[in-house]
Amino acid sequence: MTECVLKIQRLNKKFGELNATDNLSLELHQGEIHALIGPNGAGKSTLIKQICGELDSDSGSIEFLGSEINTLDVAARAALGLGRTYQVSSLLMQYSALRNVMLAVQSTQGSSYHFFKAVAKDRQLRAQALTYLQAVGLEKRADISAAELAHGERRQLEIAIVLALKPKAFLLDEPMAGMGTQGSLALTKFLDNLRHQAPILLVEHDMDAVFSLADRISVMVYGKIIATGSVEQIRQNPQVREAYLGEL
Amino acid sequence: MLNLNKEQLTNLFIISTIIAFYALALFLNEPFYITLLTKVVILALAGVGLNLALGLGGLVSLGHAAFFGIGGYTAGILASHSLNQEIMFQWLGSDISGTTNMLIIWPLAMLFSGLVALFIGYFSLRTKGVYFIMLTLAFAQMIYYFAIAWPAYGGEDGLSIYVRNQFLALNTLAPETFFLICFSLLIIVLVIVSRIEHSRFGAALQGARQNEQRVAALGIRPFGIQLSVFVLSAMITAIAGALFADLNRFVSPAMFSWHTSGEIMIFVILGGVGRLLGPVVGAALFILFEYYLGGLSEHWGLFLGLVLLSVVLFARGGIIGLIAGTRKYD
Repeated sequence: MTECVLKIQRLNKKFGELNATDNLSLELHQGEIHALIGPNGAGKSTLIKQICGELDSDSGSIEFLGSEINTLDVAARAALGLGRTYQVSSLLMQYSALRNVMLAVQSTQGSSYHFFKAVAKDRQLRAQALTYLQAVGLEKRADISAAELAHGERRQLEIAIVLALKPKAFLLDEPMAGMGTQGSLALTKFLDNLRHQAPILLVEHDMDAVFSLADRISVMVYGKIIATGSVEQIRQNPQVREAYLGEL
Repeated sequence: MLNLNKEQLTNLFIISTIIAFYALALFLNEPFYITLLTKVVILALAGVGLNLALGLGGLVSLGHAAFFGIGGYTAGILASHSLNQEIMFQWLGSDISGTTNMLIIWPLAMLFSGLVALFIGYFSLRTKGVYFIMLTLAFAQMIYYFAIAWPAYGGEDGLSIYVRNQFLALNTLAPETFFLICFSLLIIVLVIVSRIEHSRFGAALQGARQNEQRVAALGIRPFGIQLSVFVLSAMITAIAGALFADLNRFVSPAMFSWHTSGEIMIFVILGGVGRLLGPVVGAALFILFEYYLGGLSEHWGLFLGLVLLSVVLFARGGIIGLIAGTRKYD
């Protein structure tokens, strides 16, 4: 059994009478891509928000690298090494692509209380940030503001930012959304290698990507995980076919 | 050769214009214009303080009168004790007396306003948008009513400073000397603010203005960054308050009133929110209006309102935005 990086136990979240997260348990192991699939409204994004601390959980525990993180705020969890991307791109729109990544690099260096040295002239910081843009193939657009980037490019920038954070676990909320076939294929290839850097919890609707990437798949319906297993196990699970895959 | 962009050229022009006006007033031997220009510089400094929080941080504080007033009263109270030769209080058996030394008054004004800003910011920054505005306003109004009700230092009548406070061995009562002190301070503060703007702290601060959630997800806590800038911003405005007290040789609770907060905010919006020299242009325009239109009609505020309205409607970047275009982030 490989090392467990993220361990969620009996997690709950209610919105009124709706159980968005219903007694949910889930593990993310070192070196794996764990895909989380399920129909719209199953509570996948809610779960990601709970893990990151953007939403408080009603009960249950979230253990990251062996310690309970449920009482920590978003920034503290991110600093511990939870790197997330957003379903809808969440960027610093006035900043250039490079500046977006530079702030992420800056954060890993814990240097946000330096008041005098100009970041624009900080060659090392710029060079580092640029390598992450190169990794996702966005280096030619480094000086374009996030607001002016095309939708697919913003998705790439999200990935560059999360890479720059050098997280201990990736939480990717629909990274393929709206990327186009070419983009999705390129990203699939990229994520395939990324799992060796840190494990990935991947929420994704693109089934081709999920089936080619995932080491394990969990299927979520109405706040519950109804099945977890290998790609083959999930493909053949009758419950899953009925609840989800049958709809495709 | 210096390679300046449009905004930097504009800034250079603005600073040169102030110096040119000063030289002209000296040449014409018109001390009144020097005093008027000094007022512009001091109010600009107050605006530069607010701009740090409002422009760079997106923190719309309607309570900066509190810090302006604290600066003013620090100067006023220390001077009144010193000039009346009364001790302020006893501490550890020794007498603590007032002072007329600006070099002691300014750090104390920064200290007191910084502490108050830490308190106000700690609570106000837990809210956003209109609630933040109302909370900062409420705290400032509390201090305003406290100043009115505090008889030891003049209460509603305010407090006179008979002789302008001292700076080294200079004759601060001479308008040209006092102007140079204020103008030098403004330049120093502008350089510091510009450095902060382009620093790592500035990047995090402006990032949090654009998207707080994103910055938190990067592992940078927006609250700490915003609280720090709120305190820095208050300290700058407090120095302006201390200078304003010396300019008028008088402090009154009006310094604390929400009109003052509103005026400081008008400087920033008129000149250009988040633009380094925005508050300088804004304060200059405000004083021009007050002086020239105020001479024509007591309803000059109406014209100011119209100008403000057109700036907000048609020139969101203020006057600087109109001249130098929208803000560039390098």
